[in-house]
Amino acid sequence: MSVLLSLLGTFSLFSLMAVGGANALLPEIHRYVVESNGWMTGTEFAALFAIAQAAPGPNVLVVSLIGWKVAGVPGALVSTLGMCGPSSLLSFYVARLWQRFRASPWRRVIERGLAPVTIGLVLGSAWLLSRSANDGWASWLLCGATAMVAWKSRLNPLWLLGAGALLGWLGLV
Amino acid sequence: MDTTLHTPSRQELFAGFFSVGLSGFGGVLPLAHRMLVMQRRWLSDAEFTEVLGLGQVLPGPNIVNVAVAVGSRFHGVSGALTAVGGLMLAPLVIVLSLAMLYGHYQSVPALRGVLAGLASAGAGLVVAMGLRLAEKLERRGWCLAIALLTLVAVGLWRLPLLAVLLVLAPLAIALAWRTRERRS
Repeated sequence: MSVLLSLLGTFSLFSLMAVGGANALLPEIHRYVVESNGWMTGTEFAALFAIAQAAPGPNVLVVSLIGWKVAGVPGALVSTLGMCGPSSLLSFYVARLWQRFRASPWRRVIERGLAPVTIGLVLGSAWLLSRSANDGWASWLLCGATAMVAWKSRLNPLWLLGAGALLGWLGLV
Repeated sequence: MDTTLHTPSRQELFAGFFSVGLSGFGGVLPLAHRMLVMQRRWLSDAEFTEVLGLGQVLPGPNIVNVAVAVGSRFHGVSGALTAVGGLMLAPLVIVLSLAMLYGHYQSVPALRGVLAGLASAGAGLVVAMGLRLAEKLERRGWCLAIALLTLVAVGLWRLPLLAVLLVLAPLAIALAWRTRERRS
């Protein structure tokens, strides 16, 4: 019970800090579930992230999977609720204001100011994930090649995940 | 071409966001645009840009914020709940089924290999996402400095996110204010 409350409370707080979505939060989630509470290893964290990427749907599902790993299906549900609840409430109320302040210069200023913060957070997450997921030259090479192809081409990311899974199945990474 | 916009019923809201949730791999925002603007014509292009801007500026999962804004525009609280429910239902069921399979077969060596490969590729996709965002960054010194400082603070120094945001977000917004375009 206390675990479920902790998940709900912590992810509710994270919800309001997720500038740029769930992918910006990974270092903070890692600290919470791996470093502070020891609910899983860094490798398991990376594996759960991989499963979330390989499934259809929004990025936020990684939070559902982490909740599942900690406390089963109830854990998944409270974590997802926590992650989506407070920010959804905020969107609900701000959506009206946003339309009213269409002409205000502040809207553009806030968007421009938050853009570099979001980029820093996403690259911070990328750094953390890369260190958790890669443990040898072959896996770093796969990670780097995937990044390059995904950055420079319009290829559906599912192909890249499929290629990674295949190489892993063959025992090459 | 018929350009009139259509007001969705609650069932249509659910069905529309259900289709977005089910078909999006590695990011659902482009699909949301196709569904909302091109296929079902609930929003004009300008309205979509507006809703998307809101979804990205506010904290939380962007697509969930978009679903809340679109759902509530047409049917208030129940519309928002319907849209988010439609969006999350199928992906949640799928991902939890995958998780249970993973829990069951975790110790099979081949599966460990598959997950290791998936994890490396998945990390690469996040790197690419960061690089694509960085490409679109304004070419100004302060933008680069804020992005780097955020990266180092959360990635290397591992400072708590709340503290980082409380310092850097107001600073970045203040810098954006100083460099805003002044329209006459």
